[in-house]
Amino acid sequence: MGSKIIALNVNGRTHEIALTPNTTLLQALRDLGYTDVKSGCDKGDCGACAVLLNGEAVNSCLVLAWQADGAEVVTNAGLGTLDAPHPLQQAFADAGAAQCGYCTPGMIISAKVLLDRNPNPTEDEIREAISGNLCRCTGYAQIIEAVQLTAERMGGGQ
Amino acid sequence: MTYQENYEPKPLPEVELPKLRQVGKPLRRVDALGKTTGTTAYAADFEMPHMLHGKVFRSSEPSARILHLDVSAAEALEGVACVLTAEDLPGGQLATDMPGQTGREERKGSRAPVLAADRVRFVGEPIALVAAETLETAERALELIEIEYEPIPGVYDPLEAMEPGAPVVYEPDNIVATWKIRNGDVDGGFAEADQIVENTFAMPFVDHAYLEPEAGVAWIDDQDVINIRVCTQVVEHFRSIAESVGVPHNKVHVQGTMLGGGFGGKEDITVEIFLALLTKATRKPIKLVYTREESILAHSKRHPFIITHRTGVREDGHITAAEIEMVANAGAYPYLSPYVSLYATVTACGPYRVDNLKVDTKAVATNNPFTSAFRGFGAAQAAVAYEQQMDEVAKALDMDPLEFRKVNYLETGDRNAIGQEIESAVWLEEEATRALAALGDRTPDDGPVRIGRGFATTMQSYGRIMWFHDTSRSWVGIEQDGTVVVRCGVPDVGAGQANSLCQIAAEVLGVPLEDVTVYHSDSALTPLAGTTTATRQLYMSGNATLKASRLVREVLVERAADHFGVDPEAVDLAERAAFVVDDPDRRLPLADLAKICAADGMQLQHLALFTAPFTDQLDPDNLHGDLFPDFTFSAHAVEVAVDTETGEVTVLKSVGCHDVGRAINPVAVEGQIQGGSAQGIGWALMEEVRVDDGMMQTPSLSEYLIPTAKDLPTTKAIILESGTGVGPLGAKGIGEPSLTPAAPAVANAVADAIGVRVPSLPITPEKVLEALEGQQD
Repeated sequence: MGSKIIALNVNGRTHEIALTPNTTLLQALRDLGYTDVKSGCDKGDCGACAVLLNGEAVNSCLVLAWQADGAEVVTNAGLGTLDAPHPLQQAFADAGAAQCGYCTPGMIISAKVLLDRNPNPTEDEIREAISGNLCRCTGYAQIIEAVQLTAERMGGGQ
Repeated sequence: MTYQENYEPKPLPEVELPKLRQVGKPLRRVDALGKTTGTTAYAADFEMPHMLHGKVFRSSEPSARILHLDVSAAEALEGVACVLTAEDLPGGQLATDMPGQTGREERKGSRAPVLAADRVRFVGEPIALVAAETLETAERALELIEIEYEPIPGVYDPLEAMEPGAPVVYEPDNIVATWKIRNGDVDGGFAEADQIVENTFAMPFVDHAYLEPEAGVAWIDDQDVINIRVCTQVVEHFRSIAESVGVPHNKVHVQGTMLGGGFGGKEDITVEIFLALLTKATRKPIKLVYTREESILAHSKRHPFIITHRTGVREDGHITAAEIEMVANAGAYPYLSPYVSLYATVTACGPYRVDNLKVDTKAVATNNPFTSAFRGFGAAQAAVAYEQQMDEVAKALDMDPLEFRKVNYLETGDRNAIGQEIESAVWLEEEATRALAALGDRTPDDGPVRIGRGFATTMQSYGRIMWFHDTSRSWVGIEQDGTVVVRCGVPDVGAGQANSLCQIAAEVLGVPLEDVTVYHSDSALTPLAGTTTATRQLYMSGNATLKASRLVREVLVERAADHFGVDPEAVDLAERAAFVVDDPDRRLPLADLAKICAADGMQLQHLALFTAPFTDQLDPDNLHGDLFPDFTFSAHAVEVAVDTETGEVTVLKSVGCHDVGRAINPVAVEGQIQGGSAQGIGWALMEEVRVDDGMMQTPSLSEYLIPTAKDLPTTKAIILESGTGVGPLGAKGIGEPSLTPAAPAVANAVADAIGVRVPSLPITPEKVLEALEGQQD
């Protein structure tokens, strides 16, 4: 089957690109230069490639790019930048939640969806929300602290 | 065995540490925001113009002769730039021994083929390389490679591999390494014993499971230098790569990227030689990224060990003798097996005084994935055995496990199993009591769910084996606006290796951390700093950076003293200024001071070399002498719930207590303790690379399970600072020691909960139920 031109709206910018039907959203994003979206397993085990697809967290390796035609995609780098970090990015940095940093972009996406819906989550709710994102460095403790710190700083639940 | 309900923390000896301004503070690491904002570029993130894509064709057989290999159809495929086999290689051999800058002679038999020529020894062994214009074409080309194997009987069990007549994995026999300790009078010691306790413990293959699979990009530049941008713990593999590829050492340049985790799995060469060969053959940039499945097949594993302890004790708890036998499964090629098994041997009896001691260790080749470095490096496997044995001996004596250990703990000034004097603080009882006390009130049993507690106290070296003659270099300079640059070839695996250097330089030069920029991990452009392995970078490169920073400081302070008209001793540097200590209003901003120094032609940049103590190689048949720069002593305590109906084990509480000498960055230290213990808990309860007759049964992260956020409690980290380490400002190492006590603590807690021991890791529900059934019989 041949390529088709689809429109991917990524971090507020629209890309019209020709893609074959078997191209995953992960591959399409990385080929477009959104390398903050990480590949860890390519089959939905690790969560490193998580992005927001119309506001929902998805593993971009499990979504075909064609399925995202016309949809709005936000990657971790779309949330903030080095000189203007998102509160989650700031808190993850402050709390030591990024060691090697490879799981971090996907982890922050999962945390973002959680805080959007539940601004003052319990520890168990945080654990549940990030349970699809593997981290091999931290034992998750400082990641959970970072999410709590973000909730506090954003005035969650008040 | 009975655990007391309450352990009082043993008071700490008085320690007075110098007051510091930057070191010891929980500062945000210099690499943190780059990582959290997705700005940091990892090895797989780079692209080059006209870049080709590489793939590796690997053996599907664990033990076979290659009868026929035909790559012509792959070569003929449109878009394929080249296909390389063993026939195309100049040297064709890969050094598997002593990575890094050491100039010492290699051990015999420590080479592996880069590409298998006529014989394969494990599933996943590389046979051919493909470079193509697209990844899809490279993948299609792999399918077009024709190969015919003739199976050769293999050997998969290390005990069988030692039997006479067993298939030989490679010549001359399957014994890769042998180490022995012979101390005192073991027979006499056993004769003195009131009881003799014997147990055998086993551990599986374990995968590092870093989130970032191996990756790299290589290209040849205008000086004919092969540049390799790669995630590696060892940029100094450039020498081995050059030798394998057949070019001079100065024609390979390794540019290390930030690693997405290493844990020892990126200590040996991974993609580098393949990249170098392919770019050399095609004269085009090439990218090679492993899939998760390929990563699991291609890189080393933690050594499975079988360890038998026979311990003689008196009724008062005094150990009179011990005999310890260790067998390590070395897999299909030696890699670091000799040294992993050496670490295990030296720590075989743990941090205990055992005057009459016999240790026999063998590393044995099998047709399995090769085994090599993994955080803890043999000493962690030794600990799993000795700490379970200590609990079993305490049980036999009906003594409290801590009281029993206290009778035998090493103290400062004692000699370890090979006669090396321990010069730094040994706070084992202080740590164990703190870890146990921090567990708080015991959770009550709940029907079929039984609660258990366990702890472990361990010793783990930091710094390399001293006969490797380890060195590191670091360069520190101050710019004319008062900002600081550190250049040091340290690969950063994510534990904050580069940040620690910055914090040290900031401390010495009186600037805030954000004023320091670090360049690291480059084999040509940053001073060589050795491997990020063996918990050595803070010790080695931290000391080199401290030394270089002090040389710069000396220049600044002398010039400032001259400016103020006082003695240099009267001047200090802090908050971006030099000032007179007794009259702090007399101050000169560093920016001004640096400009004055520059105008005076003074040296504002210094390169410093730090050398570890150098020793001679020890006698493998009777290990005796100094081997490691120092040790970190640690304790970990856990509370577990065991469901006796399902066999499921849940860790409810977890506490790690470690004397880190001096915490350069307490948040980073806490992160090491929490992350290391998570790997230890995973090892204890769930992680196992299953290999049946050489065939991989856990090929991806769907089968090879590591702990998720729902599988672990938060480990409470208790950081003690004796200030007695040989690292910078009295620091010890924590990278590996953080992991070592966690797994045996869990094993001991499970045994405490159900009254019977599961002697092999991982302690799966099946094994728990089996143990419970055995108990009823």
